[in-house]
Amino acid sequence: MTELDLRVPVPATPGDVPATPSDVPATAVPAPSYPPLTRRRLPRSAPWLAAVVMGAASGIASLSLGWGVLGWTVTAVLGHCVALPAWSRLVEGSRAATDRLVTTLVWVAFGTALVPLVSLVWTVVRNGAPALDAEFLTYSMRNVVGEGGGIYHAITGTLLVTAAAAVISIPVGLLTSIYLVEYGGRGRMARTVTFLVDVMTGIPSIVAGLFAYALFVLFFGEGVRMGLGGAVALSLLMIPVVVRSCEEMLRLVPDELREAAYALGVPKWRVIVRVVLPTSMAGIITGIMLAVARVVGETAPLLVIAGSTDSVNLNLFGERMMTLPVFIYYSYMQPGVPPELGQERAWGAALVLIAIVMALNLLARGIGRIFSPKTGR
Amino acid sequence: MSASLTTGTRRRTGDLVFAGGTRVASALILVALAGVAVFLTVEGLPAVDAPADKLGGAGSLAAFVWPLLFGTLLAAVIALLIATPLSLAVALMISHYAPRRLSGPVGCLVDLLAAVPSVVYGLWGIAFLGPRLGPVYAWLEQHLGFLPFFAGPASSSGRTILTAGVVLAIMALPIITAITREIFAQTPRLHEEAALALGATRWETVRLAVLPSARSGIVSAVMLGLGRALGETMAVAMVLSATSGVVTLNMIGTVNPSTIAANIANGFPEATGLGVNALIASGLVLFVITFVVNFAARAIVVRSGRGAPG
Repeated sequence: MTELDLRVPVPATPGDVPATPSDVPATAVPAPSYPPLTRRRLPRSAPWLAAVVMGAASGIASLSLGWGVLGWTVTAVLGHCVALPAWSRLVEGSRAATDRLVTTLVWVAFGTALVPLVSLVWTVVRNGAPALDAEFLTYSMRNVVGEGGGIYHAITGTLLVTAAAAVISIPVGLLTSIYLVEYGGRGRMARTVTFLVDVMTGIPSIVAGLFAYALFVLFFGEGVRMGLGGAVALSLLMIPVVVRSCEEMLRLVPDELREAAYALGVPKWRVIVRVVLPTSMAGIITGIMLAVARVVGETAPLLVIAGSTDSVNLNLFGERMMTLPVFIYYSYMQPGVPPELGQERAWGAALVLIAIVMALNLLARGIGRIFSPKTGR
Repeated sequence: MSASLTTGTRRRTGDLVFAGGTRVASALILVALAGVAVFLTVEGLPAVDAPADKLGGAGSLAAFVWPLLFGTLLAAVIALLIATPLSLAVALMISHYAPRRLSGPVGCLVDLLAAVPSVVYGLWGIAFLGPRLGPVYAWLEQHLGFLPFFAGPASSSGRTILTAGVVLAIMALPIITAITREIFAQTPRLHEEAALALGATRWETVRLAVLPSARSGIVSAVMLGLGRALGETMAVAMVLSATSGVVTLNMIGTVNPSTIAANIANGFPEATGLGVNALIASGLVLFVITFVVNFAARAIVVRSGRGAPG
């Protein structure tokens, strides 16, 4: 603390009366006692140091006791959670120790949350990659027993059902969000719709499937299965997502743009179509793609209403229609004999599905980032 | 008279059509939501006097739904107990602990976790997680077997309700994280800076400034996660090896209660006649519960949003 000598010395305890320089000869002045403005701190590398030491210690322990990698990791993390705060408590005091403990816990929690993601992607890629080849992507399962066959029928089914769901949801969702932003204002109807859309995002997917079934049973009788029903169920799940993201994007459009157009005498609907929508188009496309990515992997409603089949069915309005998620479910849970072949197909289909979903997600975010209007932050 | 300042008829027609269209679309959403309740009720009601063989051996509809409801709640509670602390920590890390350059990609990673289809989670749970949890369950039974939760006999395949709860926790985590992280980021900047200026450590800042202002947001985020955990179907249907009509607190055993959603997914493709109605009736129960949970969560958000300054 040598650089702090300019400060006025103050007594270490409130009772002390400070000695002024005039009272005492300069040589007799004891070293003035400064209250510490800084505390002793651990070196910046302390967390790494502790991690390395504990990792090595638990490594030795688990090697000698034969715990394996998992035991090593767990003991190392636990040791780190104890050692770093203890060290900090000795040097820095209890408050800093608590702070370090919480920091460690937050990072550990984050690492724990990443484990499933990494392990899931790894498992799917490792098990699914061997199944992928040209035949797998271009053949259906019609009349396939044992080896061979593919997921062509499931891919076409997924594309058709998702496209139909998008055709239903995008107009409804976009128009609703326009109503909420441009027409509804703060009226009762707009508030009710906003609230119920939020509630709708929480509808369980299986309930959406049951709804579609209950609706179609009225027209087509018991045991109805068709692709269109799947599309209806999916759009029930998709509409709220579209509404929320489009609404957010429309609200970002500055009012000055609208007012400038109004001042030129443009009618309101032309303002919306020619000014508001083009301005927010990138965000809207992002939102819609994310909504598509959400429903493309939905299984439960399609299991209920679209059913499953081994053949290609391109007709949305009749007969069962296979989709990728349902294919995964059935190939794994009812793999046939021998089970390895069916399960391998399930993993392959899962890899394809994950690739589609991730591609949609990354593409959507990319579009959103590149074309979004620059904000202040 | 002066020239008319009002717009021409042609323009007004365009406006009327457009405004009408948007109004119809939003009314359609209300109709759809009401339709879910109405159609499920209509198709579910006949199950009230369904015979026992259509109800999985249960004597009445209530006796059929109750074990499923119990399983649903148990799995959701397990999921939330795991997911809540984890996701709060991850949200804190994104909003306050991570270096700024890192927090963007990390948030993106968590969003990707939300994008993974539930059937893939199911696949992962049954093929990867379950077999690895089997030895853990054996250990739990051996050392903590005196607790009713770990009474055993432990399932070696790991297809228990605890595994289902863990998978559900992973699926609920991104939802809770996404909401709480936004709420944490909205903490009044001045409160945080005041706490830091008084010499508070980072954890004390979080405890004194961030958490109090985020309390209602956390509650609603957890309830939304609960909604997801209650309604999740495929992961549970695949992971859980369920026995019908079981009510037990034993979470690691070979005999597990099913959940409403998983039971529908497993039973619907083969169900006929009143069995379909019974499944739809149980779906109605699930719909009502998730609706209430989501309704309450959103109501909390709306109220706290109105009460907050700015």
